[in-house]
Amino acid sequence: MADSPLAGHLPSKTVDEADEQPLYVSRKKIYPQAVKGRFRTIKWAVLFVALGIYYFLPFVRWDRGPHAPNQAILVDLANSRFYFFFIEIWPQEVYYITGLLILAALVLFLMNAVAGRIWCGYLCPQTVWTDLFYAVERLIEGDRRERTRRTKEKATLEIFTLKLLKHSIWLLIAWWTGGAWVLYFADAPTLVGQLLTFQAPPIAYIWIGILTFTTYTLAGFMREQVCTYMCPWPRIQAALTDEYALNVTYRYDRGEPRGSMKKNDALKKQGAPAGDCIDCNQCVAVCPTGIDIRDGLQLDCIQCGLCIDACNTVMAKIGRPENLIAYDTEMNVQARIEGRPEVRRVVRPRTLLYAGLIALVGAIMVAALATRHTTDLSVMHDRNPVFVRLSDGAIRNGFTIRVSNKNLEERRYALGVDGLQDARLDIVGGQLDPQGRPMVVVGPDQTLEARVLVTAGDAKHPSSTALRFTLTDIASGETAYANDHFMAP
Amino acid sequence: MSQETHGPVDSVTGVTTTGHSWDEIQELNNPLPRWWLWTFYASIIWAAAYCVAYPAWPLVSSYTKGVLSWHSREAIETDLADLKSLRAGMTAKLAETPLEQVGQDAELFTFARAQGKAAFGDNCAPCHGAGGAGAKGYPNLNDDDWLWGGNLAQIEQTIRHGARSTSDQGHQGSMPAFGREGMLKRQEISQVADFVRSLSGLPVDQGADLAAGAKIFADNCAACHGDKGQGNQDLGAPNLSDQIWLFGSSKTAIMEGLHNGRGGVMPAWQGRLDDTTIKALTLYVHSLGGGRAE
Repeated sequence: MADSPLAGHLPSKTVDEADEQPLYVSRKKIYPQAVKGRFRTIKWAVLFVALGIYYFLPFVRWDRGPHAPNQAILVDLANSRFYFFFIEIWPQEVYYITGLLILAALVLFLMNAVAGRIWCGYLCPQTVWTDLFYAVERLIEGDRRERTRRTKEKATLEIFTLKLLKHSIWLLIAWWTGGAWVLYFADAPTLVGQLLTFQAPPIAYIWIGILTFTTYTLAGFMREQVCTYMCPWPRIQAALTDEYALNVTYRYDRGEPRGSMKKNDALKKQGAPAGDCIDCNQCVAVCPTGIDIRDGLQLDCIQCGLCIDACNTVMAKIGRPENLIAYDTEMNVQARIEGRPEVRRVVRPRTLLYAGLIALVGAIMVAALATRHTTDLSVMHDRNPVFVRLSDGAIRNGFTIRVSNKNLEERRYALGVDGLQDARLDIVGGQLDPQGRPMVVVGPDQTLEARVLVTAGDAKHPSSTALRFTLTDIASGETAYANDHFMAP
Repeated sequence: MSQETHGPVDSVTGVTTTGHSWDEIQELNNPLPRWWLWTFYASIIWAAAYCVAYPAWPLVSSYTKGVLSWHSREAIETDLADLKSLRAGMTAKLAETPLEQVGQDAELFTFARAQGKAAFGDNCAPCHGAGGAGAKGYPNLNDDDWLWGGNLAQIEQTIRHGARSTSDQGHQGSMPAFGREGMLKRQEISQVADFVRSLSGLPVDQGADLAAGAKIFADNCAACHGDKGQGNQDLGAPNLSDQIWLFGSSKTAIMEGLHNGRGGVMPAWQGRLDDTTIKALTLYVHSLGGGRAE
């Protein structure tokens, strides 16, 4: 700590306090107050957009032709297909999902490097749903003052009715959340009909139940505890962040020493040190995790910026400049104290690295998607027997081929084999194409398994010869390859 | 006890301790988490209800059956019935399609092959091997050599009634024990064995009298194996002029067969397997690679 340029300026009392804090603390219930301002507006906008996408996306249609489902996003577990707008992913192409997850992680890292825990404050599902549940609570039970007062009152019928109403609406939102989830796994309009007439598969009701329960408990009861105790991200994030990342920062260079308006005004007139913070506690009152941002950057802070809105409102009222609390860096606070100019540096090795990696992974994904084959050939050699000697002394190997036709129309493929002299190829139960080549016919969006026999004359063969199977779409000429071996005694 | 539960108060946390001290380390008397306690109570209730509802406690010679009278046997039977009804459509289609026409319907053929493969693994693999590769004395079903014929009807007949089996309609005919029964002398057996090896181009012993062997063959073996040793599928007599040997091609192996005779048994499967399964098995064996068109 002594080597750090920030040493001596961090609010050291919290560090000392942390040492003395018990390992187990009972939960303190939080009653966040309503707030208006720029960041609150952004939060509302993000909430509406995010929930709107989540709840209504399953109803978006995407025409794929007569044989395929027309739902834009569909996880078709029964038929092992994943549809994402123009992309159709087969189970063996699950690496696209891996790529997406890597991209998501990198975007999270980049967000963190540029603007700290902006994910936590605005986009995280836990934040979004908790925010919505708080809004409902505020609407029914009133703002911070009423809710705090009511906890001290005796239970009356009115309080009971309000609580009942609140929990009903919460459950309704939770139930809709679970309901929207299952719509991604089946044709949404059909499933809605089935759900309403109790004809849907039991698994749908089970998942709705699970997600209703988790949404209700996580957003209704556990709230900020999820962020503080359950979520690993704040702890990982602390290791990834650096001094240039924007964080919700109390500018203590301007705010301290805090004091009442009158007292500090008087001090200022005398030329004594006095800060802008009037210790009104509004930043604490509005905080959804119940912390005091003036204690500095801390684990529980999700950096939603609501304290900025609250503080700005107060500053405007008392006629002092805004942004006593703002998205800023500890570096800049330090710079101002020391009279150096502020530094804003978004382009740095860290952000360049993340952005570069995002571009790279994205490019790989796009390239993989663009060059995605619509035909897939895999070959498996018989293990028992590895080879067969025929009555005329010839050697024959059996293979199982699997042909996947990812197009939405039936296709005919000619199968050939290279690498072995005078090899003869037969498909058991197969037909021949007009040129006399063995042929397989694969239905739209389907996989076909066939047994293939490769026979070579009775000349002496090496015990293993490399073979290459070639599968050619007779109409388009698209070719797929698979390598295997021809085994002999 | 009371002293333990109301021990001194820990100065840091403000929680009472149990009074226990190990090397001056105090044990805090924090209560069990309430959610944990309730989960624990719920487990007790669950366990009791389970014992009432399901089979649970062993008795001397039986066990408590539970009020739901749930039985694992029934669960399996339900599963099997479900599976059967799931396959019912294709099974019915397979049952009514003539054997020769199944191959024309790709979907039905795939279904039959899959079902045949499963039935093969259950019933045939112990002798013929999981992939039908056979072993000494057990024919390889992948090659093109057939003792009793390799078209669909012949394969079905063999599966249905077996060979040298207890079925009246099974294939009959076996290789006599020429040596043991005294029909051929040891030297004659050696001569004919050399001749048989020469039929498929295998090297023979130096100074072997092939003419004498040919004479013995014509007198004793040609009736079943044919003049040129080309075999006879009506009698299950193997083709001796090809490269495939059921019991091995060494002179010792051939002489052993001549001395003791041969006659492997294939059981009859009619009555053990239903007709549709036999049909599926036939198609599967035929498709292994050696099946003949006619």
